[in-house]
Amino acid sequence: MSSIAVELVPAPATVARRETLRALLRSKTFLVGALVVCWWVFCAIFGATIAPRDPLAQSANVLAVPSVHHLFGTDQLGRDVFSRVLAGARSILTIAPAATALAIAAGTAVGLLTGYRRGAVDDIVSRLIEAMLSLPLVVVAIVVAVALGHSTLTLMVIVGVLFTPLIARTVRAAVLAERELDYVAAAQLRGEHAPYIMFAEILPNVMGPIIVEATVRVGYAIFAIAGLTFLGFGVQEPSPDWALQISDNYSLLAAGSYWWTVLFPALAIASLVVAINLVADGISQVLER
Amino acid sequence: MARFLLKRLALAVITLALVSVIVFAIAQLLPGNVGRNVLGGFATQQSVNHLNHQLGVDRPVYVQYASWISNFVQGNLGSSLEYRVAVWPLLSTSLLNSLKLAAVAFVLLVPLSILGGVVAALRRGRLADRVITLAGLSLTAIPEFVSAIVLILVFGLALKVLPVDATAPPGAGFLTQVKYLLLPSLALTMVLFGYIARMARAGTIEALDADYTRTAILKGVRTRTVIRRHVLRNSLLPTIAVIATQLGYLIGGLVVIEKLFNYNGIGQRILTAALNKDFTMLESSVLVIAIVYLAAALVADVLYSVLNPRIRYAEAA
Repeated sequence: MSSIAVELVPAPATVARRETLRALLRSKTFLVGALVVCWWVFCAIFGATIAPRDPLAQSANVLAVPSVHHLFGTDQLGRDVFSRVLAGARSILTIAPAATALAIAAGTAVGLLTGYRRGAVDDIVSRLIEAMLSLPLVVVAIVVAVALGHSTLTLMVIVGVLFTPLIARTVRAAVLAERELDYVAAAQLRGEHAPYIMFAEILPNVMGPIIVEATVRVGYAIFAIAGLTFLGFGVQEPSPDWALQISDNYSLLAAGSYWWTVLFPALAIASLVVAINLVADGISQVLER
Repeated sequence: MARFLLKRLALAVITLALVSVIVFAIAQLLPGNVGRNVLGGFATQQSVNHLNHQLGVDRPVYVQYASWISNFVQGNLGSSLEYRVAVWPLLSTSLLNSLKLAAVAFVLLVPLSILGGVVAALRRGRLADRVITLAGLSLTAIPEFVSAIVLILVFGLALKVLPVDATAPPGAGFLTQVKYLLLPSLALTMVLFGYIARMARAGTIEALDADYTRTAILKGVRTRTVIRRHVLRNSLLPTIAVIATQLGYLIGGLVVIEKLFNYNGIGQRILTAALNKDFTMLESSVLVIAIVYLAAALVADVLYSVLNPRIRYAEAA
């Protein structure tokens, strides 16, 4: 009997998690955002398969107006824009989360270290971070991209490294508040090693801000990667990447009104980043209650 | 106040020194031999060596840095490796163009976003608040070239009310120039609107909830006067500080917007310099951007301290 009673009462952490989830599902903005994000993730995985035409296949039917045959028209190489929009989700939805994951891992480590250790390391790292942040991110990214050459991997690493100080700053602030609490002193008295205290004691307690930061950063990573791709330093031809489609076709706008070649990829990027922001907003409102 | 500003100035100089080291270090990463890049693959090794010696790039790195920075401080920005002319005349034209664009964007951005934030705060929780907050949140997330494309499609091509090109014909008057800059400025404004409006909203809500506001209302002061004299005076201070930090994003946004509109600004300069490995041009333009940014931050600090009595009277106390 007593064993059943124990099973019926879930651990407090599970209850808290379930409550968080329930609060999230009540938020309309979160639901709308999550739905759109799920749609683009689905496209990232299956987009090339469900596309009516081969997104890379060129044809003689160039710059065709949207019609029943080509829902979103064709671009200047005769490629079907609708298929390219579906298939174009993959590149950005691979690189941006990967870059964010890299930045979160590195930023959390740096933030924990500087926040917990304080002292000279903290001073020096903080000053360097301030200096890095006083240059526009795009400018630094361009220079580094030229220096290292442009591949998808370098793009990911550049954005990941440039986002690291921003995340480190957030984590550091959270750690500073946390390190004064009794459980940290207790762990120190028990004789735990610093790495154990940082990663096993403090880290679980600062996960809230880290999760919020991660969702917000995915949005910014898409912003940065799309911008760099537009400038020619990101995803390269012949990928159906959305920013690349815009970069390929925007010069046609001045010549005539081939609006469909840029409008649909533009709407795709916009809907994805707005949806991610809605999700991030929902999560932060629930976690920071 | 003087001490506060001196401290800020000293910090700016230290940051600038660090930035110059970072910029120089990154530029050193640029692959390839400078002389070989300039002269091309068919030049003899001898002439490449000769040019490298002439340009001084065969010296140790720290000597190169010292000579670059001492020349820079004296106003000598060197000559462009690509165009073989002095950097400054090219750079100053682009800088002036960028400042025009940034100025128009700024004049649109600041009143619009502050108004948006204050209105959202006064109608907290109602429809207007939700619309402004969500729109700001969404616009901030959309890359500037995406919103610019939509603006071009709507105002340039569908309604045909604004020129699609950012560069006014030579000799155009002030108003014509502004008209040409409206579309790119609007795109920049859209990206920054959300953030500044959010700060203005938060500041206003805080001031609305403060005891002094309640006192003023209970004292029977008219609502309009309470908002103007008690709420806005306190709520806009943090907003000013935030606007200064957003200038970095504004400048970063210039790179993308100037390319999209094919506008000869400093962002376009940096882009072509990076693509052509014109590293004297690149280093100088990046450092100039850092200076502009830090100067703007300093101006914001001055403004902040002039407006904030707690800092203005700190010395007297």
